[in-house]
Amino acid sequence: MTEQGEALLAPALEMRGITKRYPGVVANDHIDLDVRPGEIHALLGENGAGKTTLMNVLYGLAKPDEGEILLDGRSVKIASPSDAIVRGIDMVHQHFMLVPVLTVAENILLGEETMANPVFLDRKRARSQIIDLGRRFGFEIDPDEKVGSLSVGWQQRVEILKALYRHAKILVLDEPTAVLTPQETKEIFTVLRRLAAEGHSIIFISHKLYEVLEIADRITVIRRGRVVGERLPSETNEDDLAELMVGREVQLTVDRGESHPAGAVLKVEGLHVRDDRGNEMVRGVDLEVRAGEILGIAGVAGNGQDELVEAIIGLRKPHAGTVTLDGADVTGHTPRQMNEARVAYVPADRHRFGLILSFPLSDNLVLTTYYRSPYARGIMRDEAAIRREAEATVAKYDIRTPSATVKAGTLSGGNQQKAVVAREFSADLALLVLDQPTRGLDVGSIEFIHKQAIAKRDAGTAILLVSAELDEILEMSDRIGVMYRGEIVRVLDGPTADKNEVGILMATGGATQPAHEAEVSA
Amino acid sequence: MTATAPAAPTRSLRHAARQLWSLIAIPAVAILLSLVVGSVIILVSELIIPDHAFDWTLPITAYKALLEGSIGSPQAIVNTLVATTPLILGGLSVALGFKAGLFNIGAQGQFLMGALGAVIVGVMVATWPPIVAIPIAVAAGILFGAAWGFIPGILKAVSGAHEVVTTIMLNYIAVAIIAALVSGPLKVPGSPSPITFDVGNAAFPIVLGKNGHIGIFIALFCVFLVWFVLYRTTWGFQVRAVGANPDAARYAGMRPRVVTTLTMTAAGALAGLAGVCVLLGVTHSMTSAFGTTVGFDSISVALLARSDPFAIVPAALLFGGMRAGAGLMQIQAQIPAELVDVLQATILLFLIMSPVLRRVFRLRSAQSALGAGGETTITKSYGGETVVR
Repeated sequence: MTEQGEALLAPALEMRGITKRYPGVVANDHIDLDVRPGEIHALLGENGAGKTTLMNVLYGLAKPDEGEILLDGRSVKIASPSDAIVRGIDMVHQHFMLVPVLTVAENILLGEETMANPVFLDRKRARSQIIDLGRRFGFEIDPDEKVGSLSVGWQQRVEILKALYRHAKILVLDEPTAVLTPQETKEIFTVLRRLAAEGHSIIFISHKLYEVLEIADRITVIRRGRVVGERLPSETNEDDLAELMVGREVQLTVDRGESHPAGAVLKVEGLHVRDDRGNEMVRGVDLEVRAGEILGIAGVAGNGQDELVEAIIGLRKPHAGTVTLDGADVTGHTPRQMNEARVAYVPADRHRFGLILSFPLSDNLVLTTYYRSPYARGIMRDEAAIRREAEATVAKYDIRTPSATVKAGTLSGGNQQKAVVAREFSADLALLVLDQPTRGLDVGSIEFIHKQAIAKRDAGTAILLVSAELDEILEMSDRIGVMYRGEIVRVLDGPTADKNEVGILMATGGATQPAHEAEVSA
Repeated sequence: MTATAPAAPTRSLRHAARQLWSLIAIPAVAILLSLVVGSVIILVSELIIPDHAFDWTLPITAYKALLEGSIGSPQAIVNTLVATTPLILGGLSVALGFKAGLFNIGAQGQFLMGALGAVIVGVMVATWPPIVAIPIAVAAGILFGAAWGFIPGILKAVSGAHEVVTTIMLNYIAVAIIAALVSGPLKVPGSPSPITFDVGNAAFPIVLGKNGHIGIFIALFCVFLVWFVLYRTTWGFQVRAVGANPDAARYAGMRPRVVTTLTMTAAGALAGLAGVCVLLGVTHSMTSAFGTTVGFDSISVALLARSDPFAIVPAALLFGGMRAGAGLMQIQAQIPAELVDVLQATILLFLIMSPVLRRVFRLRSAQSALGAGGETTITKSYGGETVVR
């Protein structure tokens, strides 16, 4: 379809002057958005910019204070999700709303049951409809498969099918690729293009710039509740989008400079660690992190990285091997002992390990130091000192919050992670363990955290960085260890490492290597 | 961004009023609804009584008597305070558990053991001067209650045994122990019915009216103490952190197992003290039938107060007042005192249905203005988390 032709089409959806205020913050400030039939329209913005609020308004989960919604040119009121569904608007949430023990067909039928008679479902008809729908959009799906046994990528397709089965014309996808592998992302993009070609309108929410450029027909950028720009992918690039999103120029890749490593701080020798079920997940790891360097651990999730990190910071006891810190044996020490030995940790799952969401931000900032001076005298908490420290930290790390006393759970993801980073980075550290420190964050927050980590490195801290994002590993690491099935299969020089080589090592553990060597020696 | 700018006084006053309403709206609606349900029950029961002239004002008569019996005279108020005392302490016990993510169903058993400890030791020191006898008997009761809390605490810490299961079982064991001791070694020889000796000088002095013993002051002091420990000390911070997110607490260097054990022990001590107050303050001796429903009512009190130490006082007063007024209601309106149990149970039922109430009466939750994360975790149950907002 030519651009001219597109312009002639009336918008399938128009949101006009949508304003939504929450106490202390205007989440949406007169936002205009129009989506044409057959268009993939990307909604781009940092965490907390107001994308989700806008979509909640569209889906009937939030009532706008001002503004109106037009469908095919007619003004409508959407009071609830069921209202939205009836009008052909459907949403695929970031966290899937599926019942794992039910089959694909049963999940799709939930809420939109195809009945043979008033009592029984017409499973046969439903099955064939589902198969047909799948075929139409380019994938074969078995309606009798249990959803729980499907991969994440396929579960997402079930979500999309569910929307299509309910005759959705406008489909909202909230960060659909956040949980997918690059391969799965490509596949889902094919499906989305097919949907658009059939005349469906798609609102694609993301903060991954390159994906947006690849998939979208049009891009609307939101910052702090306002539309700050609209772009066609052909006339923009990642830098431009990032600047629009953040409001200033952003370095997409950090300038990390050269490292000047000194003596070894962390030494791990012959480490074996079991998981909760008793499976040996770490099988004889040796590694060394020197002061002033970043050692990146690359690996596909589930190859023992979690257990390795937990053993190092004291959350899990290794059953063999030693961990030494500055020459002292710290194997099996408790988290508190490690903390007092100047070891800090930014956990991968900030909601589970990093923060207590129902506690005020100020309490979260002293979560590891609450018992020490100046935050406590004996067993007495010093509220004033805690408050003062919190206010200073909020200012220093630019944590966007109405005050230091609001609950951590009310902050956006990026600001939550900033709070964890602020707490962990504020002490003088020997070793810093970063476990997926930027997962799910927007470019502005990623830049911030990467810069802080480099600053720590240059101050002489030894940093162990674990990440499933290969780009992050390559960008940040001075040396890269590749972890595969509980072993470090290779250590490479960071700046010269080749992405493909690391990728293959991650996927195969370099299993072809011994064979290759055998050939050479033979 | 900084904290909100100081607003005009009238606006901040209105804001404070709204804040207060958001806190008490749900309990208030629950109480009102339970009174409505109680009225319906009274009216329906009138219909099924043969040869009874239907009197549609009977619910009002009954509630008037209930109110009069609880606050109608100085003595009525004293009666209410006496009934409130153990409920405050038991409520604190359950609330403390909730704060640490534990559901202390065992307040009843700990209450019984506390009373048992007080009577065993109280009888021994019955002839000593009160200034010595009372503290010793109180300490013994606290210790017994604490021990009854320590057991489920350590079991949970060591083996992960769920405290709901273990405390329920310990409730039965406490009842059985008391029955055995009171009709055995503790029985007054030659007495026709199983009853222990009197605690004599270990009994609490009466300071208000005919029966107002010092327990109410002990209970109020404990309210302050529990609040202070929870919110002003590092120990309390640990308890709340473990309750809100044990994983984060563990990573932050706290020891959830130790916290669990100590919190259950402290909760047991508080419930034990409730038993002490009833025994040394009211009954002065124990029969094998000793055992009110204080421990179970305490759960309702803690829920009604949303585990807030200070809110426990009005919640306990409500339940205590109903208990105290039930007698007069029975006399004046011929409504069985058990109606009070019905009212308390329906209050609890409506509290549990609070999401429904909120929708039906269009009430905003106290924290909804701040978005997610405002809920208090009550307990980590088998499947998921039970959360009361």
